Amino acid sequence: MIAASLSSGVVVLVSAVFLASAVEMVEALTIVFAVGHTRGWRSAFEGVAVALVALTALVAAFGPALIHIPLNWLRLIVGGVLLVFGLQWLRKAVLRASGLKAKHDEDAIYQETVAELQGLDGSVNRDKIAFTMAFKGVFLEGLEVVITVLTLGTSAHRLTLAAVTAAIAVVLVGIVGVIVSKQLSTVPENLMKTTVGILLVAYGTFWVGEGLSIKWPGNDGFLAALVGIYALGTWLMVQGTTSAAKAVAA
Amino acid sequence: MSTRPSLPVRLLKGFGMFWWDFLVGDTPELFVSTIVIIAVTAALGKAWHANVAATVILPVLVLGSLLVTVRRSLPKKK
Repeated sequence: MIAASLSSGVVVLVSAVFLASAVEMVEALTIVFAVGHTRGWRSAFEGVAVALVALTALVAAFGPALIHIPLNWLRLIVGGVLLVFGLQWLRKAVLRASGLKAKHDEDAIYQETVAELQGLDGSVNRDKIAFTMAFKGVFLEGLEVVITVLTLGTSAHRLTLAAVTAAIAVVLVGIVGVIVSKQLSTVPENLMKTTVGILLVAYGTFWVGEGLSIKWPGNDGFLAALVGIYALGTWLMVQGTTSAAKAVAA
Repeated sequence: MSTRPSLPVRLLKGFGMFWWDFLVGDTPELFVSTIVIIAVTAALGKAWHANVAATVILPVLVLGSLLVTVRRSLPKKK
């Protein structure tokens, strides 16, 4: 029983961190490829390197501080942040699945970024622009990975597992991206985002409950039930929203 | 004379802007509903020790807030 509930908690944690990190890495990689192909790889790599250093410094500064927050408060705050974040992902995923919002198109984002970079003055600030674009892309997407790892990892007392999982996802997506040498437009991003949204909301609900001293039936094992409840709820919402959108259009 | 704010002020402003975008962004209703969800569950769980009710109410409120934000995004009938 204990092993079953422990493993379901670990599976949800690993899945959430892996998928969220992979999605953010795909988005960061798209920007870096656009910058590298358009303005040159040197400035793009410099931007990536500085962003990684800045992210490492942030983790070093704020990571240990999280341990000093009382556990129930930490779980309540983390749960709240995960709920907001996860609900934002799920909302977009439901709207995309029901055709009310354009799907996240890496090809289009790549083309837009390339056009934006080509339209800028290429002689004076060339390196600065490429550097800034690559830095912002990696830093902002990386910050979301860091928040996911720190919040999920700390509250579940599995920070190392969360960090290693994120690192594996980032490296794997990076390797695939380099091998195919283009933005990863074939990744089923909306399906991945829906799954991440469900997992984040399930974890957020669980930690808010724990932070408020709620005793969940089956302890950690209830996480799997929450995932099932939210997956069913999301599916029903996609069906309902698709019908409602068709009725409005008719 | 330059009116540009100092580096610490800019960094602080950027940090604040990031969290505002991250938590509120273009869906303030989700931020507000999360606070309401926590408050209602805390009231159920703490004030009346209604643990079972809280375990049911919490996921229901979460699904409800998702439904509200999705419905708000539906196109209006002409």
